[in-house]
Amino acid sequence: MSTLQYIILIPALIFVLMSVASGLIWVERRLLGIWQDRLGPNRVGPFGVLQVLADILKVFTKEDWVPPFADKPVFITAPAIIVVTVLITFAVVPFGPRAGLADLNIGLLFFLAMSSLGVYSVALAGWASDSKYSLLGGLRASAQMISYEVFMGLSLMGVVMLAGSFNLRTIVLAQRHMWNIVPQFLGFIIFMIAGIAETHRLPFDLPEAESELVAGFHSEYSGMKFGMFFLGEYFGITLISAMMTTLFLGGWMGPVLPPIVWFALKTFAFICFFILLRATLPRPRYDQLMSFGWKTMFPLSLVNLLVTGGIILAAR
Amino acid sequence: MTTSFYLAAAVALASTLMVITRARIIHALLYFIISLFSVSIMFFVVGAPFAAALEVIIYAGAIMVLFLFIIMILNLGAEAAAQERQWLTPGIWLGPSMLALILIADLAFLISRGGVYTNGLYAVTVRPKDVGIALYGPYLLGVELASLLLLAGLIGALHLARRNVPEEGEDGTGIN
Repeated sequence: MSTLQYIILIPALIFVLMSVASGLIWVERRLLGIWQDRLGPNRVGPFGVLQVLADILKVFTKEDWVPPFADKPVFITAPAIIVVTVLITFAVVPFGPRAGLADLNIGLLFFLAMSSLGVYSVALAGWASDSKYSLLGGLRASAQMISYEVFMGLSLMGVVMLAGSFNLRTIVLAQRHMWNIVPQFLGFIIFMIAGIAETHRLPFDLPEAESELVAGFHSEYSGMKFGMFFLGEYFGITLISAMMTTLFLGGWMGPVLPPIVWFALKTFAFICFFILLRATLPRPRYDQLMSFGWKTMFPLSLVNLLVTGGIILAAR
Repeated sequence: MTTSFYLAAAVALASTLMVITRARIIHALLYFIISLFSVSIMFFVVGAPFAAALEVIIYAGAIMVLFLFIIMILNLGAEAAAQERQWLTPGIWLGPSMLALILIADLAFLISRGGVYTNGLYAVTVRPKDVGIALYGPYLLGVELASLLLLAGLIGALHLARRNVPEEGEDGTGIN
């Protein structure tokens, strides 16, 4: 690709992602409404679509307040980190046979590296706010994300073994005959659970559990800095869904429809599933979350790795 | 490629300098993370993308988060920063500076001997598979020793973190 193409493509991708993320806020509220037998936002514009626009205008005009007791530089940097790390990761996602920004030969590792950096945003926000609720939220977030990151990486090694590469495009092409979700079903489940925990969505939203911690790590944030955390969360959901599509559901592949449409459809289905989880599952206790991670998911991902490796060796 | 290598190297030096001069420990930690990133870019440029990714995943993404975790629990505020400032007197720099000077002299000597150590810098790309084959081939003993060390650490951590449950009836009530 030429430099000019990059200059056009990168802002275009960011614009699409921004629209998707803000559109998701409306989608989530409407879907939650349907599943909880109520209407949801339906006043502004047709079916309430413009509700998001009203919310965005509101958040931009809110006072952008930094608490006097906060560590100012860290407090301001923290919300930017989550948005930047997630947006950078989209560079390696193959949206179509030829679409996508970077064809990195360590694309999968790049995704894991960037998702492990996202924890700084939450932990630093919790620390810099200098309030007990924020600090507790930050502590929870860092312990939770470090624990779930371990088997998030391990659960993907089966996929890497099947494709023989860390390149995401190669991984998609390796699923020509059978999608990875069939031979790697256990890996898929483990990756999905780890992905929900990484984006700290319900039922794993203990870092911001509002019933005990006010709003957790972002208690002291207001205005667009709060908006960045909010946006970062929706970018995160989109990213995890896109990665699940790429790694386990054959990426852009599918009959009749153009590749990019297949990719968008599969990703959107996963996003809806995330929202359905939020509408159904209660939040576990923190010690339950940790012991579930280390005592159930971690051994399971090791077993998955062992069995996959054994089968690949035997089939040779 | 050479430009980006030296750019990353310059950032690494500058950020490491900031690490040792910051009084607030969390700011030092943030500069240290930047330093790790620049080292990762240097690895990438010299043809070791796997090492570059691991540098970010393991050092910046896991070990430094654990550091941050401990610092958050310790609640080091303004007093700690003041104390740190008191300790960072010019006299304290003398010893480390002398030691660093020896290393710089050594480095200057090596570089002056010619381009032997820089030739072919960008020629070979080390693939992840090569790293795995090397680790489980010629360096298997090292890997096993490291795993033994980690196991010992694991048992130690388990022992330290174990909850001390008193035996039933010790205090006469049977309730712990």
